[in-house]
Amino acid sequence: MTGEKSTGATDLVIESRVLTKEFRRGRSGRRGRTDSVLRAVDSLTVTIRPGEAVGYIGANGAGKSTTIKMITGILKPSTGSVLTCGLDPMRHRRDLARRIGVVFGQRSQLWWDLPLQESLRILGAIHALPPTRWQRRRDQLVERLDLAAFLDRPVRRLSLGERMRGELAAALLHEPELLILDEPTVGLDVLSKERLRVFLREENQGADGGPPRTMLLTTHDMDDVQRLCPRLIVVDTGRCVYDGDHAGLVARVGANRLLVIDLVDPVQELAGALAGLPVAVERTDDAGLRHTITFAPGEVSAGAVLDRVSAVAAIHDLSLSEPDIEEVVRRLYASSA
Amino acid sequence: MGDAHAYRVIMASRLRSQLAYPTSFAFDVVNQLVYGLIEFIELYAVFHNVDSLAGLGWSQALLVMALSRLAFQTGDLFVGHLDQMPAYLRQGTLETFLIRPLPVLAQVITSDISLRRVSRIVLFGGFTALALARLELTWTPAAVVLLLAALLGGSLITAAMFITAGTAQFWLIEGGEAANAFTYGGAYVAQFPAGVLPVGVRVFYTAVLPVTFIGYLPTVTLLGLADPLVPSWFGWLTLPVGLTFLTLSLAAWQFGVRHYQGGGG
Amino acid sequence: MGGAVGQVRQPTALRAFAVLFSAGFRRYATYRRATLAGAFTNTVFGYVRAAVLTTAITGATVGAAVSATATGGGSSAGSGTVAGYTAGQAVTYAWISQGLIASVMLFAWNELALRVRTGDIAVDLARPVDLQWSWLAGDLGRATYLLLPRGGPPVLVGALTTGLLLPHTAWPYLLGGLSTVLAVVVSFAGRFLVNLAAFWLTEVRGLVGAYAGIGAIFGGLLIPLSWFPDWLRVIAWSTPFPAMLQVPVDVLTARVDGATAVRLVVVQLLWATTMLAAGRVMLRLATRKLVVQGG
Repeated sequence: MTGEKSTGATDLVIESRVLTKEFRRGRSGRRGRTDSVLRAVDSLTVTIRPGEAVGYIGANGAGKSTTIKMITGILKPSTGSVLTCGLDPMRHRRDLARRIGVVFGQRSQLWWDLPLQESLRILGAIHALPPTRWQRRRDQLVERLDLAAFLDRPVRRLSLGERMRGELAAALLHEPELLILDEPTVGLDVLSKERLRVFLREENQGADGGPPRTMLLTTHDMDDVQRLCPRLIVVDTGRCVYDGDHAGLVARVGANRLLVIDLVDPVQELAGALAGLPVAVERTDDAGLRHTITFAPGEVSAGAVLDRVSAVAAIHDLSLSEPDIEEVVRRLYASSA
Repeated sequence: MGDAHAYRVIMASRLRSQLAYPTSFAFDVVNQLVYGLIEFIELYAVFHNVDSLAGLGWSQALLVMALSRLAFQTGDLFVGHLDQMPAYLRQGTLETFLIRPLPVLAQVITSDISLRRVSRIVLFGGFTALALARLELTWTPAAVVLLLAALLGGSLITAAMFITAGTAQFWLIEGGEAANAFTYGGAYVAQFPAGVLPVGVRVFYTAVLPVTFIGYLPTVTLLGLADPLVPSWFGWLTLPVGLTFLTLSLAAWQFGVRHYQGGGG
Repeated sequence: MGGAVGQVRQPTALRAFAVLFSAGFRRYATYRRATLAGAFTNTVFGYVRAAVLTTAITGATVGAAVSATATGGGSSAGSGTVAGYTAGQAVTYAWISQGLIASVMLFAWNELALRVRTGDIAVDLARPVDLQWSWLAGDLGRATYLLLPRGGPPVLVGALTTGLLLPHTAWPYLLGGLSTVLAVVVSFAGRFLVNLAAFWLTEVRGLVGAYAGIGAIFGGLLIPLSWFPDWLRVIAWSTPFPAMLQVPVDVLTARVDGATAVRLVVVQLLWATTMLAAGRVMLRLATRKLVVQGG
C-alpha cells in the first residue's frame, strides 16, 4: 500500500547531508539581535543501511532529539537535508509515517484513559491496516511482548515497563521499516530492560519471518548500546564526533570495565595470577580481601579474568561495572576538543 | 478514503470513553448548562432594568445572544479544544500527531470531540427558538436561508478563530493563553448588539475579528433593523466571511505546522 | 487537635504559614507570561462589560425621561441611574471586579482535586502542617502575587479609557483591603470543599466548573447583583459568592459605607469561619475514607 517511492538514488534508510538545525533563542528577538543562535545539530552527515542497529549517543542537549525530530518530519532542518526511507520527511510526512515507527521514552502515543487494546485498535485504523493483517500482527506483538495480562487496563494504570511494551507494540503495529527509539529504557528496572533488549534484538534481526528491521536508538545506557547496537554515532553539541563500533570507541577513549572482587581469604598480590592478560590490578584494602581489576571490554572477557583469579583464591563476592556512557562521552568530548 | 474510517474509529472510541463514567458525564452536562444559563441571566438582568440595549429590545437582543452562542458552541464542539494547544505543545502531544499518517489538524479535532458540549448547543437552540417565537417573524424562504447561512457562517468564523489562535501557539509557546482574549473575548463581544461598542472597536470586531457577523448582523438583516453604520444586507455576508476567514486560518495553520520549532523538552 | 499539641503547634504553624505563603507567591511569580496573558484577557472582558453597562444606562436614562424605565424594585431614584448605578459607577464596577477576579479566583480551580486523584494528597496529609492551613497559606500567597500583575492592567486601562469613580478617603481602602483578604479566604474555603469531592467522585471537572459558573453569576462578576430581579437577588445573597466579589468591590469603591460596610465584612468573616470549619469536617471524613479504603 505504501507505494514504494522509487528514489533511484540509494536504498539507504537514513541519509543526512550536512544536516543542521538552529534555534533562535532570546527575548522574542527581532532580526537585529540574533545574538543567541543555538546550533542544536551541526552539519551532520550520516547514512544508515537497511538492517542496521545504530546507537545514537551524546550528552543531554547534544542534539539527539532534534536530529530524530528532523528524521521523522517533526522539525524542518535549517540547512542541509535528510532522506528517511528515501523520502523528504517534511514534504512526505504522512507517507513516511506509514513506514517508520517511533517511540519517545518520555511521551506516550497511547490513549491515556483507554485500555491498551483500544489504542492498538485505533492505531490499526489510523494506519489503515486490513483487519486480517491487523489481527495477525496484534497477536504476534501481544505474544512476544507479553501484553495479554494488561490489554484491558487503561494505559494510565500501567507500570512504566508495561507501558513501554505497549508503546513498542504501538510503534511496530504497522510493521515499519525503520524503528526509532528515543531513550526507550529510561526509568525501567533491570528485568524490564533486559526483556526489552531481547525483544528489540529479535526485531532487528527479523522476527516473525519478517525482514530485518532497521533501528536507531538514543540512550544513556551503555548496556543498551552494547547489547543492541553494533554501530555507534556519538554527537557533541550537534556535531558527529564518533561513528564506528563499540570496541573502537572504547579503544579510542580508553574506557574500562571495573571488576571488584572480594576474596574469602586475604591475598596480598593478584598480579602474578593475572600475568599475561591486558589488565591492571590493585589491592583496594590493606588486608588484601578486596581487589579492583580494570580492563578494556574488547580485549579480555570478565570470565577469563575470573578463571585466573579463582585458580589462586576463593571468591566471596564480586561486582562488575561497565564504563558509564556519560564517562565515555565525556572522555570522547575531551579528546576531540 | 481510508482516513474516514480512522476518524470514525477514533471518535467512536472517544465518545464511548466519555460515557464510561455516567456521574462525571452528568456533572459535565450540568456544568455546560450552568454556563449557558448564566449568559442568559446576564442579558436578562440587563433587560430587567432597561427596555433597550443599543437600540434593540429584549427579544431582539436575545436573538443576537442566542444566535451567536449557538453558532459559537457548534464551532466550539469541533475545534474548541484547540485552546489546549499550549498544553499539546508542552506535553509533546503534537509530536505524537506528527508521527501518524493523518493530517495534524484532523487529529486534533477528532481527539476530543466532547459530547457534553452538545448540551449547550441544545440550550442555545432553545433560546434561539424562544427569541424567534417572541418576535413573531413572518417566515419567508429568504429568512430561513439567512438564518441557516448565519449559523453555518458563524460556526466557521468561530472555528477560524480557534484555529488562528491555535496557530499562534506555535510561536507563543508560553503565555499562549492570551489567545483566549480573542476567542472567548470575541465570542463575548458577539453576543451583544454591536452598538454597545465605540465605533473604532466595532470596526475591529467587524473587519479584523469578524464576530459581529455571527449574531448581530444577521439579526439586523433578518429583522430589518436600522443600524447607523452598516447597510441592512450585511447579515448576508456571514457565510462568505466565515469561508474566507476559515480558508485563511487553515493556510496559517499549515504554515505553523511546517515551521514548528519543537515544544517543551 | 489535642490541647497539648495545640500549644506547641501555634508558633511553628505560623512560621509554616509564612513559608507556604511565600511559596505560593513565588510559584505564581514564575508564570510571568501567562499572568500577562490573563491580564490581557481580563482587560478585554472588562472593556466589553463596561461598554454594555454604559450603553444600557445611558440608553435608558437619556431617551427615557418619559418611561423612567427601571421596572425592577431595586432601582434607586434620581436620573442617570439604573439599579443604583450611574454609568460611571457601573464601569468602575466592571473594571474593579475584573481586577480582583484573578486574586479571589472565581474560576475553575482543581489543583487540590488533582492531588487527590493522583494520590499525592497522602504526601500532604503526612506532613506535620495542617493540610487546610497550608493550602490556605499557599492560596493567599497566590492571591497576593496576582493582585498587581493581573489586577493592575484592567484597572489602569479602565482609568485611562472610561475613567474610574474611586473614593478619596482612606477608610474604604482599608476596610476594602480587609474585605478582599476575607474574599480570598471565603473563596478558598469554597474551592477546598468542592475539591475534596474528589475523594468520592472519579472526576470532578464538571462539578468544579459548574461551581465556578455559579460563582461568577452570583458573585456579581457578570453583572452587579442589584441588577437582578428580586427573587434572584435573594437567592444570590443567600450564597457565599457575593462575599467573594460583590462585597469587596462595593467596599473598595465605597458603594456601601459606614455600618453597612462593616456589617458586610462581618458577614464575610462568618462565611469564612463556617466554610473553613465545614472544610475541616469534610477533610476528616475524607481521610477516614482514605484510611479505611486505602483511597
